[in-house]
Amino acid sequence: MSKKAIVLYLHVHQPYRVRHYTIFDTGADHNYFDTEYHAQESNERVIHKVAEKSYLPTNALLMDLIKKYPDFRISLSITGTAIEQFERWSPEVLESFKQLVDTGRVEIVGETYYHSLAFFYSRTEFERQVKMHEEKIQQIFGQTPKVFRNTELAYNNDLAIWADQAGYRGILAEGWDPVLGWRSPNFVYQPTNTENIKLLLKNYRLSDDIAYRFSETARTNKPLTASTFSHWLSESVDSQIFNLFMDYETFGEHQWEDTGIFNFLKHLPEEWLRHEGYTFMTVSHAIDSFDVVDRVDMPDTVTWADTERDLTAWLGNKMQEQASSAIYELEDKVFGTNDLALIADWRKLTTSDHFYYMCTKWFSDGDIHAYFSPYKSPYEAFMNFINAWHDIKFRLAEKGLEV
Amino acid sequence: MFVKYRHKLKKLVRAMRVLMLGWELPPNNSGGLGVACYQLCKALSKKSIDIEFILPYSADHDIDFMKISPACSQDVDQIVSSGIAYDSYKYIYSDGSEKFVNIYDQQKAYEHAVAKMIDNTEFDIIHAHDWLTFRAGIKARQSTGKPLIVHVHSIESDRSGRPGGGNPLVREIESMAFMIADRIIAVSHLTKQAIAREYDIPPSKIEVVHNSLDLDMVEDLDDSNAYRYLTRMKQLGYKVVVNVGRLTIQKGLPNLLRAAKIVIDKEPKTLFLIVGSGEQYTELIDLASELGISKNMIFTGFQRGKNWRDSFAIGDLFVMPSVSEPFGLTPLEAAGYGTPSLISKQSGVAEVFHNCLKVDFWDVDEMANQITTVVRNDALRDELHARSLHEYNKLSWNQAADSLVEMYNQHKFSAEVYA
Repeated sequence: MSKKAIVLYLHVHQPYRVRHYTIFDTGADHNYFDTEYHAQESNERVIHKVAEKSYLPTNALLMDLIKKYPDFRISLSITGTAIEQFERWSPEVLESFKQLVDTGRVEIVGETYYHSLAFFYSRTEFERQVKMHEEKIQQIFGQTPKVFRNTELAYNNDLAIWADQAGYRGILAEGWDPVLGWRSPNFVYQPTNTENIKLLLKNYRLSDDIAYRFSETARTNKPLTASTFSHWLSESVDSQIFNLFMDYETFGEHQWEDTGIFNFLKHLPEEWLRHEGYTFMTVSHAIDSFDVVDRVDMPDTVTWADTERDLTAWLGNKMQEQASSAIYELEDKVFGTNDLALIADWRKLTTSDHFYYMCTKWFSDGDIHAYFSPYKSPYEAFMNFINAWHDIKFRLAEKGLEV
Repeated sequence: MFVKYRHKLKKLVRAMRVLMLGWELPPNNSGGLGVACYQLCKALSKKSIDIEFILPYSADHDIDFMKISPACSQDVDQIVSSGIAYDSYKYIYSDGSEKFVNIYDQQKAYEHAVAKMIDNTEFDIIHAHDWLTFRAGIKARQSTGKPLIVHVHSIESDRSGRPGGGNPLVREIESMAFMIADRIIAVSHLTKQAIAREYDIPPSKIEVVHNSLDLDMVEDLDDSNAYRYLTRMKQLGYKVVVNVGRLTIQKGLPNLLRAAKIVIDKEPKTLFLIVGSGEQYTELIDLASELGISKNMIFTGFQRGKNWRDSFAIGDLFVMPSVSEPFGLTPLEAAGYGTPSLISKQSGVAEVFHNCLKVDFWDVDEMANQITTVVRNDALRDELHARSLHEYNKLSWNQAADSLVEMYNQHKFSAEVYA
């Protein structure tokens, strides 16, 4: 009997959304992120809302599943900005994550603390943010990540080489057809030009069946059931692993409870584990259990976003380009100050979500509802961000630095 | 049953004749009403609608897609419109004598002239644009029994800048027309709500047909902008913020000036170009000097043609701070001439135009914030412009014309069935 495993990896992230920050605040008020509770971009309100709709019920369910099924395992990554906000506004959420990890069947994946795209702008800052994240994870969960994922699964050969040299045993990427060609994401691969590291590729069709198409799957036109899903997987006879990578918030926030998403999760282990030899693996577990079948070459950056699978959702227009280069332009000066509050504020502005909110790709044609952002328009997002950036400059100027 | 009539309906569509009652057409227009009527009729003519457009003045038009007739009484040779809203009309009589007629009397004269003209005109539908033509429309409906559609580009409370406000004589005409009309067309949901609110008209009687802007209305710019001073200042790093429109209470310019004061304090190299005329002209000039920003404010008065087009083109940002704007074509025109916009949320165009900045007309601080942020960040300006142009290129009157043709057919059909 061949062994088959579901590798369920969930990504937990919350950014520090920039409040309505105007030119009147620039130079006068250095608080960019805290606002009144009921504002659309209130971080505290969002944490409370998502905790209630997603984190708490999902963690409770995951705990039940771990207790009930000895073979049930998952992998998680949790950004530093999310952990900080849980510590501040929802300690019970953090506590429930700790309890999950304490069972020994949850693996934490490494990433940048600030969920930034620093890899593409500043290798120094990128490494600092990865290190910061590692330390935070060690401090909170007592684990040191062995597998790495970059923000938005933004991956290329250079990143793989970096992760290999940094000592990671595995790295995650999108299983994108133009890169894979005839090959399937349901095996373990190795990135080109690397020594030891192994590559796990997201099966985006199966992942998206849950994350995006759950309530109306393309194949059935009905909400997906655990038994159907499990059946699809079992039909793929030669496959070894099914890499289901998605936002944690899929459960209860992107897909609301009334879609039946929790029921799906609840029954998935039962349906899957009834087959002999079928199991769940964490990312490291999968890497250890299967041999590499081939090498994968990704010279161009591939992400898990949009039909393009590139960085255009974050860096596709002039506002995004300028805002990103503007922020990294101040890096050396900001670090030169040794002002920890200033450095932390600057770093919070490196979070990729800020640039995502400025995306204009989907904003035409009045199709703004499909657009997931606390702001009314990408322009509003840019205005708040850039005024905060001007304030960072103001603070540098106040310290006598030339800006 | 519909199948039975389909053949007949097709014949009806081909034969559809519309008596269009309007107040102005380009180039003698004071603003958006004339542009909207022109483009709407052009789009309708492409759907084989036969239009006779009756104007309250005589002028030469370079228009071949419809028949244009001036509503003159017999002894009048020519009626000259200044092209400025609410200005008097000059009557030139057969004997060479001249007389000026005010807007209200002109409206009554139009009604009588139209009443005489319709005896010799054949049409299936009466389509009247705004209060100045409503009495003529009502009269035409009474004498012929043809369905009357009134098209609302603005109502009196918009023009007065406050709910319940305005000239009672005008309100009476509007009220009567809204009750008598077979159908009411509003240029935005905002306007639909205002009609229902101000006149107790059931919303089901009011259909929203948004205005649009067709590409061919935007004429090519030449190499040199008419504003030579502003062109030079821009080379020196100045930014130009533009408003084009009537200087009237509805347009909310005092708030723009107050915002300008804040912007100029932050970014002294910002100039404001105010193009248009109206009863607030001197008041605004006074306000600018009171605020101490006269050096940064440029008032040009009413402009046409190249000067008008170049006003949009010279801007880094177009601002429409209207207190009440039933639709508001100017931000779309600005997009066509290469300039992004900041518009008030109290405008109909905000319902269909997304790639622009939006602000509540009373929120002077936020207006200043957004203007300053654009002035400081070229990337924001450029992206806004690129995306607004993209959106603008997709606009077309075609859809609006389709809704109207459908409406014409319905009303013509029921008028004939129930006659």
